[in-house]
Amino acid sequence: MSDMRSVFAAAASSLVDEDPLAAVVLAEISADLFAKAAARHPDRVLNVGIREQLMVSVAGGLALAGLRPIVHTYAPFLVERAFEQVKLDLAHQDVRAVLVSIGASYDAAASGRTHQAPEDVALLDTVPGFAVQVPGHPDEVPGLLRGALGVLDATSTYLRLSAESNRSALPLWPGLQVVRQGRSTVVVAVGPMLSPVLDAVGDLDVTVAYTTTVRPFDGEGLRELAASSGVVVLVEPYLAGTSAFAASAALAGRAHRLLSLGVGRSELRRYGTPEYHAALHGLDAMGIRRSVMDFLASGA
Amino acid sequence: MRSYAELTGLMTLMTGDEKHGPSATSTLDVLWVLYDQVLRTGPDRLDDPGRDRFLLSKGHGPAAYYAVLAAKEFIPESWLEGFGSAGSRLGYHPDRTLVPGVEIGSGSLGHGLPLGVGLAHGLLARGLLTPRVFVLVGDAELDEGSNNEAIVYAGAVGLPNLCVIAVDNRSSSYGWGPGGIEAHFAVSGWSAARVPGRDHAALASALTAAGTGGPRLVVAEVEAKS
Repeated sequence: MSDMRSVFAAAASSLVDEDPLAAVVLAEISADLFAKAAARHPDRVLNVGIREQLMVSVAGGLALAGLRPIVHTYAPFLVERAFEQVKLDLAHQDVRAVLVSIGASYDAAASGRTHQAPEDVALLDTVPGFAVQVPGHPDEVPGLLRGALGVLDATSTYLRLSAESNRSALPLWPGLQVVRQGRSTVVVAVGPMLSPVLDAVGDLDVTVAYTTTVRPFDGEGLRELAASSGVVVLVEPYLAGTSAFAASAALAGRAHRLLSLGVGRSELRRYGTPEYHAALHGLDAMGIRRSVMDFLASGA
Repeated sequence: MRSYAELTGLMTLMTGDEKHGPSATSTLDVLWVLYDQVLRTGPDRLDDPGRDRFLLSKGHGPAAYYAVLAAKEFIPESWLEGFGSAGSRLGYHPDRTLVPGVEIGSGSLGHGLPLGVGLAHGLLARGLLTPRVFVLVGDAELDEGSNNEAIVYAGAVGLPNLCVIAVDNRSSSYGWGPGGIEAHFAVSGWSAARVPGRDHAALASALTAAGTGGPRLVVAEVEAKS
């Protein structure tokens, strides 16, 4: 199975072939994967060097010229380093782009804090008009990328790729899709959290819903799924609580209980593997199971 | 259409001041020459893909800019009064979605040139080889590191349709050394010229000079900021 980054590069290269207005802007990262596309379309596949601010501004300028830019690099350099460019050179100019990151949360556990940005989605939440897509499997990436380019006249998209993957892909669906029906709690698994969530809740009588689309958040879907129990667990592969406000808004006006799981806020200062970091953040199957059972017991 | 002599009167509508110091008008002559003699654009070409683009990067003190836009009939003169007030489309930093003819919203320094690099690329990618992209920056604005990313990159890839106008009123605390701003650009492959920033003929000539295949810098020197 190819990883999300390779699948993305192939899909983006095809889109640049098909669509004379599609463009790719890189800052060295993944440039090797776009070498053939750049040779075919030197005017629309641009590598600006190690210049992330320029990368995002160039995308804004391309969009001002009527192009549809796909911007790609490592998550902390795309979202955090170039944040004012995202805010001003895309959103404030009223132009749009597809931002595609790799290096999600603790994918680069061994690389340390400089290469980790679990705050990415929370940060982009402060910019009006961004859709956020979090694929859970490489096979979901091409459809999400194509969809993001398709809605570019209306909205920018942050497509958050990860080295983590579910065991299998699901058909693309714009909101929450029920993977497993139960009678009590609703557990929402975002992107690559689905497999660990399914392993975690094994014998528990809970509904599991999967989504790749976290913005716009499917509030209506959550309201329906939580109609009887009013008990919701969000499991997100980035900063814990990132979607809590959206879930709360969806459930406002009715009594409900909400548990938000995700990456913790403190800096761990540990290296190691992504599996190790998942366990440290309580995002492996065992950790999720422990949190869900404690939560359910506390409300009994 | 208004004349150059009428611009300060239009600025008075905005500021209420009868007289405008050098700092408020540091960009006035450059802006006038651009809109009067250089830019192939106009209020009837707002959506014309083939129009020249002018990006006011520094965005500060935009009274001169709005005065020129009013003089050239991009915006009605009635908009000038109430500048910066709740109902006005004209703020202390311009918003492209509110003002016809304004190509970028600006104010935070160091965004116009990088955007201009993308815009220049984009026009070429769309086969629009004629329109040029002009970006006005201040000399102190060049302190912002994002400009350096754009200067080196644009010089390396050689965007022939990009022209930066640096209005130099020596307001950068640390300056640009003996060779001035132009040395900084030239070392990255830009062609560069320095002209008196109040001399309309010299400005027009420098801004319309035949291309050398790469990006161009015109330093417009005005009175030092006091």
